[in-house]
Amino acid sequence: MYRYDEFDKAFVIARVAEYRDQVDRRMKGDITEDQFKPLRLMNGVYLQLHAYMLRVAIPYGTLNGRQMRMLAHIARKYDRGYGHFTTRQNIQYNWPALADTPDILAELATVEMHAIQTSGNCIRNVTADHFAGASADAVADPRPYAEILRQWSSLHPEFSYLPRKFKIAVTGSEHDRAAIKFHDIGLHLKRSDTGELGFAVYVGGGQGRTPMVAKKIRDFLPESDMLSYCTAILRVYNLNGRRDNKYKARIKILVHETGTDELTRQIEAEFDAIRNGDLKLPDGDIRAIEAYFEPPALPDRPGGGDLLLEAAGEDEEFSAWLDHNIDEHVHRDHAIVTISLKNIGDAPGDATAGQMDAVAAIAEQYAHDEIRVSHEQNLVLPHVAKADLTAVYQRLQAIGLATANAGLVTDIIACPGLDYCALANARSIPVAQDISRRFADRLRQEDIGDLKLKISGCINACGHHHAGHIGILGVEKKGAELYQITLGGSADENASIGQIVGRGFGPEEITDAIETVVDTYLALRTSSCESFIQAYRRVGATPFKEALYGRESKAA
Amino acid sequence: MKILTANRLADGEAVWLAADQSWSGVIDAAKIAEDKSAEEKLTLAGQAAFLKNEVVDVDLVDIDVIDGVLVPRRLRERIRAAGPTNRLDLGKQAAANRRVAA
Repeated sequence: MYRYDEFDKAFVIARVAEYRDQVDRRMKGDITEDQFKPLRLMNGVYLQLHAYMLRVAIPYGTLNGRQMRMLAHIARKYDRGYGHFTTRQNIQYNWPALADTPDILAELATVEMHAIQTSGNCIRNVTADHFAGASADAVADPRPYAEILRQWSSLHPEFSYLPRKFKIAVTGSEHDRAAIKFHDIGLHLKRSDTGELGFAVYVGGGQGRTPMVAKKIRDFLPESDMLSYCTAILRVYNLNGRRDNKYKARIKILVHETGTDELTRQIEAEFDAIRNGDLKLPDGDIRAIEAYFEPPALPDRPGGGDLLLEAAGEDEEFSAWLDHNIDEHVHRDHAIVTISLKNIGDAPGDATAGQMDAVAAIAEQYAHDEIRVSHEQNLVLPHVAKADLTAVYQRLQAIGLATANAGLVTDIIACPGLDYCALANARSIPVAQDISRRFADRLRQEDIGDLKLKISGCINACGHHHAGHIGILGVEKKGAELYQITLGGSADENASIGQIVGRGFGPEEITDAIETVVDTYLALRTSSCESFIQAYRRVGATPFKEALYGRESKAA
Repeated sequence: MKILTANRLADGEAVWLAADQSWSGVIDAAKIAEDKSAEEKLTLAGQAAFLKNEVVDVDLVDIDVIDGVLVPRRLRERIRAAGPTNRLDLGKQAAANRRVAA
């Protein structure tokens, strides 16, 4: 795991001191709200409906037990005993007092964490595949590159006032778990025909009010050119991205308005001018960062799989958990565990301080002290011996985190919505809770199979509804909440944007409507092997429209 | 009818301007403006409090008085006055006998 060097440490501590002074001056009235607001935002502090909100970065989603305990401590000491894991590998606290935020950041700094660039028109927290360094299907660990990008982009003087925010995601597998095609830059780490590491580069993906799937502008970029090429992209965007209209300021609009070919030409021209300059990454530097991410020495633990088969045979719930929440590890005696933060009827992504402490303890005892946070608002233990899975399951069960639903219909992504967020138009959490309760039956969920259901409480799309197989967008119409359904979105390597199926549904109707969509799928699938998204892509929206709106849709 | 709301600078808590010009942590204490000139007075008081760094995000809110109870028209404001609808143990509704938003 990456360890701060002296420079990192001094940098974060200096930043806390600077912020403390800014808060102090604001509280004394020496600076105005207009002057202060951009400063607090640069440190992750928003003002929401009930209180301030602090967003803390979890770079590339990687944490150790000590860091997780600190997150729990902050929830307990400064907040209301819980935190909300977001769709961008961050954690948000919903109730901190402004006056406490410098102390919170000082405490975070003691465990090498911060809230820098979790807001503002800068390069945000760089995200990565949450199975990085553990999954059997990766060519290499994408996190060293995410860390290099983090160091390069932190307080980057040229890119601190971009036209709009800028998000980068990195994956190391063909199967994209990091939703790279919905990022401003998506990097797919791969090997060339001659075995060299490098990236396929995607640009201009995003959600919000104008959802776009990113365009591939490079099939293979050598790893040593990563920073030069990203700089070239950012320069072209910084110069030409629109600053006249906030809603047209993301790079996706520039890609769309300029055209992919022309924009690629501009980026390549800039890249040519700087490719052999200071930003060329020396091999030694990449390997040095890579060394920080060396996987733990995983001992052979043969026989674990047999033990599991035996235990699973006696316990249906445990067997279901193994089926859904366990993924293949690169080491045959080990497994990747997904800890679902989607307990039936709970708010997606919320965890109590007690649960965070317990997960830290489990990670320290059984998972080589590594925890990941996924953009799907779950936690992950990337390295657990199969022989220890029974014990880990029992420990998770004891804290209410052993729900066997990863990837199923109740594994819902939802933004905080109107229950907390100042931008929201409708609530998300209660909709997620209601749908979760409706589909609570495990056998029914298993019959439905893989289904990504994602809910946003406004068009900004923090709940990734555009990329949901089933998406729900909450809007406000005549003072009431209304929920639009989109179908056919996907955030993986076959990325697509969901299409609105028809008129919206009221809060009392939306769960029934979702059930109608799911039942329609069950009735038309060719077999239980055909997933919802496969069936949707085969038949299109029509059967779902007819089921939801009857004849009315045929007439329309 | 309108009332004036804001968030307190120091802790961000939702507050409403009361008849005695103080900022109340509960909506029931809010002073109601029944006409334009009363709304203007509220707005001026809000601007003054903003300039004195007591509050931020000052805003007039439409309300109805239903059975003697002050109810914001928008759900957003009802949630601000009560707390998250999924966590009745949090926000102002957590105090005994407080209304919930939805």
